[in-house]
Amino acid sequence: MQPREQWNTRTGFILAAVGSAIGLGNIWRFPYMAAENGGGAFFIPYLFALLTAGIPIMILEFGIGQKFRGSAPLTFARINPKWEWLGWWQIGVCFFIAVYYVVIVAWAISYVGFSVTQAWSDGAGDFFYGPFLGLTGSPFELGGLQTGIILPLLAAWIITFLVLYGGVKSGIERASKILMPLLLIMTILIAIRGITLPGAAQGLNYLFQPDFSKILDYKVWTAAYGQIFFTLSIAFAIMIAYSSYLPKKSDIVNNAFITSFINCGFSVLAGFAVFGIIGHMALNQGAAVAEVAGSGGIGLAFITFPTAISTLGSLAPLFGILFFLSLTFAGLTSLISINEAAISAFMDKFSMPRKKVVIIYTVVAAACSLIFATGAGLYILDIVDHFINNFGIVFGGLIEVILIGWLFNLKSVQKHVNAISEFAAGTWWLFTIKIITPLVLGYMAVMNLIGDLRAPYGNGDYSSTALFWLGWFLIILVVAGGFIFASLKWKDEQYLLKEVE
Amino acid sequence: MTGSAIAMMVFAIVVLWGGAAYCINIAMKSRG
Repeated sequence: MQPREQWNTRTGFILAAVGSAIGLGNIWRFPYMAAENGGGAFFIPYLFALLTAGIPIMILEFGIGQKFRGSAPLTFARINPKWEWLGWWQIGVCFFIAVYYVVIVAWAISYVGFSVTQAWSDGAGDFFYGPFLGLTGSPFELGGLQTGIILPLLAAWIITFLVLYGGVKSGIERASKILMPLLLIMTILIAIRGITLPGAAQGLNYLFQPDFSKILDYKVWTAAYGQIFFTLSIAFAIMIAYSSYLPKKSDIVNNAFITSFINCGFSVLAGFAVFGIIGHMALNQGAAVAEVAGSGGIGLAFITFPTAISTLGSLAPLFGILFFLSLTFAGLTSLISINEAAISAFMDKFSMPRKKVVIIYTVVAAACSLIFATGAGLYILDIVDHFINNFGIVFGGLIEVILIGWLFNLKSVQKHVNAISEFAAGTWWLFTIKIITPLVLGYMAVMNLIGDLRAPYGNGDYSSTALFWLGWFLIILVVAGGFIFASLKWKDEQYLLKEVE
Repeated sequence: MTGSAIAMMVFAIVVLWGGAAYCINIAMKSRG
């Protein structure tokens, strides 16, 4: 059995975990979620959700990953051999996210280049959907590979490959120590420029103006829990894999707090950058911020923000480059972690050396990602993203907290964690894992299911065939894949021993 | 910006970045 790799320093682990948590959603999802759900008042349910669900689940995942020292399938198998399938379910989720997430990173890389010439100057929307994506009419009308996306896609895979090939210390830790400080510096620079522009106050007002009546709306609380749940990279194998590389006496509880606070603090910083510049654009166009802000997501990054950047005059190319480099770095560090979660699982299960697994995995994943580089890529990405997030992650997370919270001795994890942490996870932690997180995730899971059954995703934009094959079937594949991989024999049965010294 | 927007902005920054700084401080003290 191969000795498990380890992080070189605590800072390296925290930067890698923060790098995983900080992703595209921090930049393009959070500010809009806040603005649409009570503005400044949103921070109250958001912080509540952070303390009662986000941080507790992160402590749980750091704790079991470090205690059982394995990837998600190995960790669950060591907890109970009958639960290995849940680990593979989460690895399936990672794989499908990785193959479309990498394409968005590739778009960001392309836009770093486009920023120099402001290639979108005739209309950011027309440019994005037209010459750049070559968007077709439907998900099954592929329209061929987009040559402009293939090269940056290759670049994104090569960088990911090199980092993962280098291993935990020389690859992931080193990359995180370079990329994360750079990301923070670039975002601070954009935020400073953003808040010093004429009109920025209107943009920030749109983001922070509190509407306290919204606190009584249960939908705002659901949105807050959903945002916290998706922003922290929890419940899909990543944090379990990363914490399995922690040395034995490493802190757990404080590391979870630090990782979560930095991630959420970064989201606020990104809000300054985004709404400062959008406020400036609104002033330039003589419109209200709400009219020009769009609705976030891919539209913000590749349509609204390029348009806003173009209003910055001679500094437009510089801030375009900074913004899209920030997106690239935030995306790359998350992409690396998503792939590492899967790679560590295959290394454990098949007792194969890292380098061999990384080569095979990257070739397969890169080939699968090509479908998202076709003219129908955006449609397919949209459907896969919706189903994987709303069903793959949410149901996987719900099962995880129920199994570990109720069918396993949760106090043994608490005891382990408290013995090595700088401050203790008290009774509050047991309560949140056993009661609050299953209730919240259960509610989200049921509502997601009812929502999709009542009104199929996409407001009629997608055919039922497309939604079945690219959505529901994919979820069936993830769950069935979980059971199939779990049924395969471990190459080295020693791996299943609970106490691996 | 309105006063309440500024107050909520400061609240968010202080809690999140202040929380991070406080926890990092504990970690540094424990390292000795």
